[in-house]
Amino acid sequence: MTPLVQVKNVVKIYKRDKLEIPVLQNISLDVPEGEFLALMGPSGSGKTTLLNLVSGIDQPTSGSIIVAGTDIAKLNESALAKWRSRNIGFVFQFYNLMPVLTAYDNVELPLLLTNLSKKEKKERVEMVLKVVGLADRMDHYPKQLSGGQQQRVAIARAVVSDPTLIIGDEPTGDLDRKSAEEILILLERLNQEFKKTIIMVTHDPHAAERARIIHHLEKGEFK
Amino acid sequence: MKIPFKYIFRNFKNRKLTTGITVFGIALVVFVFSAVLMMAYGVQKTLIQTGSDENVLVARKSANGEISSILTQDVVDILNTLTQVAKNNEGRPVSSGETVVVINLIKKGTEGGMSNVTVRGVSDQVFTLRPHVKLTEGRMFLFGKRELIVGSSITKRFEGAQLGGKVRFAGDNWTIVGLFDTEGSGFDSEIWGDSEQLQDAFNRRGGFSTFTFRLNQKENFAELKTIFENDPRLQQFEPKIERKYFEEQSEAMAAFIRILGIFITIIFSLGSTIGAMITMYSAVANRTTEIGTFRALGFRRRSILGAFLLESLFISIIGGLIGLSLSSFLQFFKISTLNFSSFSELEFSFSLSPQIVIYTLSFALLMGLIGGFLPAVRASRMNIINALRAS
Repeated sequence: MTPLVQVKNVVKIYKRDKLEIPVLQNISLDVPEGEFLALMGPSGSGKTTLLNLVSGIDQPTSGSIIVAGTDIAKLNESALAKWRSRNIGFVFQFYNLMPVLTAYDNVELPLLLTNLSKKEKKERVEMVLKVVGLADRMDHYPKQLSGGQQQRVAIARAVVSDPTLIIGDEPTGDLDRKSAEEILILLERLNQEFKKTIIMVTHDPHAAERARIIHHLEKGEFK
Repeated sequence: MKIPFKYIFRNFKNRKLTTGITVFGIALVVFVFSAVLMMAYGVQKTLIQTGSDENVLVARKSANGEISSILTQDVVDILNTLTQVAKNNEGRPVSSGETVVVINLIKKGTEGGMSNVTVRGVSDQVFTLRPHVKLTEGRMFLFGKRELIVGSSITKRFEGAQLGGKVRFAGDNWTIVGLFDTEGSGFDSEIWGDSEQLQDAFNRRGGFSTFTFRLNQKENFAELKTIFENDPRLQQFEPKIERKYFEEQSEAMAAFIRILGIFITIIFSLGSTIGAMITMYSAVANRTTEIGTFRALGFRRRSILGAFLLESLFISIIGGLIGLSLSSFLQFFKISTLNFSSFSELEFSFSLSPQIVIYTLSFALLMGLIGGFLPAVRASRMNIINALRAS
């Protein structure tokens, strides 16, 4: 079976003024559908850069990134934005919720880019908030929620549009141990019960243990 | 525009102080802008109301105002015989040969400060000719006597111009025997007396300024113009519909107010536009991560551009509405100033029209658009990764 994500000979070089900083050096990676992959490595190893490339918010200097049959390295910015809205669910370290919107409105955001009816949107938002255990908090604003609860809202937002891939950038990095544990259980459940493919960057070996595969990056290469 | 309106609205509400100050700045500029337009429109409206569509005013072609026009008695006699002049029940022409002069009177509350006042000498048919002029107190002056009736604005603003009072000009005392009102037309800022008495007093016997008459039929105006073009005795004179004549008289004054006022408000508006720009730049800076998140979720650049522009327009339209509602209270005030075309005091009120509302709100939106454009472009062009890193 073709892997869901195929990273082929990807090179990423950042340019600062005239200085070239190689971040990823000829990286290749396959992620089968339904996988839960953890990317580990020290700071500056290129793991977040790889995550950004796979999620289509950055473009490689060379190489190809094929996700669900689409070579996203070849898409222009506008097509890439549309592609992200359909295929990627983001879970950020600091949750990145809109402070002026309620939990419900935050979760609904990705659905505003779809053609779903108002009723369908409502059903989906309520369903995912129920899955993350926050059905009773949907009218709360982010500041009225704990860190763990905010991250659960963020996870609900990541899955609400049923994306191909869930991307987690240090999803437990800002949480206490107990909340982190809850988030990891939730991600595990999404992977096992709902068959979601997850790629997660983490520093935390305890978090990485929840993944089914762990890849280590060092100086832009897999170890 | 996919970003929900509540995101824009709640952000607006969340930054009460900064947006409040920006709204206030825009409101002040809009207030001045609309006040100037209302002032110019007030002058125009007052003077336009002065004339009637049914009357024709004849003045010397080369004269740019009533006071610089001269018509001799023989011209007035010719005009009175024209068939286009309406007749009253007694078969007399409904017309008024008028002598317009400017005198000085002391303004109330200025400790001797003088200002120019128009005195209009009229003929006995004047009330039939201008039925909107109503005597409110006293009686009509007697022809052949040095008596006057005074417009409502003059009686309020000038010393001695009250019922029973005397004003001195042309070497004589003139008694005020009546007051009149025209509900806001330019005549309210005039004093009326016997045309012949005024000519005597000013040593210009037989020298009228203008001649106004009622047209027997409105459609006859074109025919009348042809008579003026073809009759050599009338070729130096020009008939105009009275309303149009006064409308033209208002143009110089209104244009002056408008140009000066708009010039000043444009300078003011630079300040409030920059204010709006700073507010929007700070909004963009404070919400960098949110912008990055929106973009990561798949919202396009144009959605971000639209959201920030809309926020800026929202600020400016609220400022515009506040400024406009404040200036609408000016309608209750009357002011008086020197009218360039008659060189005399004219009282008028600020006047609001639908067109002024549209201009004013468009002006406010323009400030919002210009102020919000660069910050919105900056927001929409942010690099997603850099924006996300801002957290």
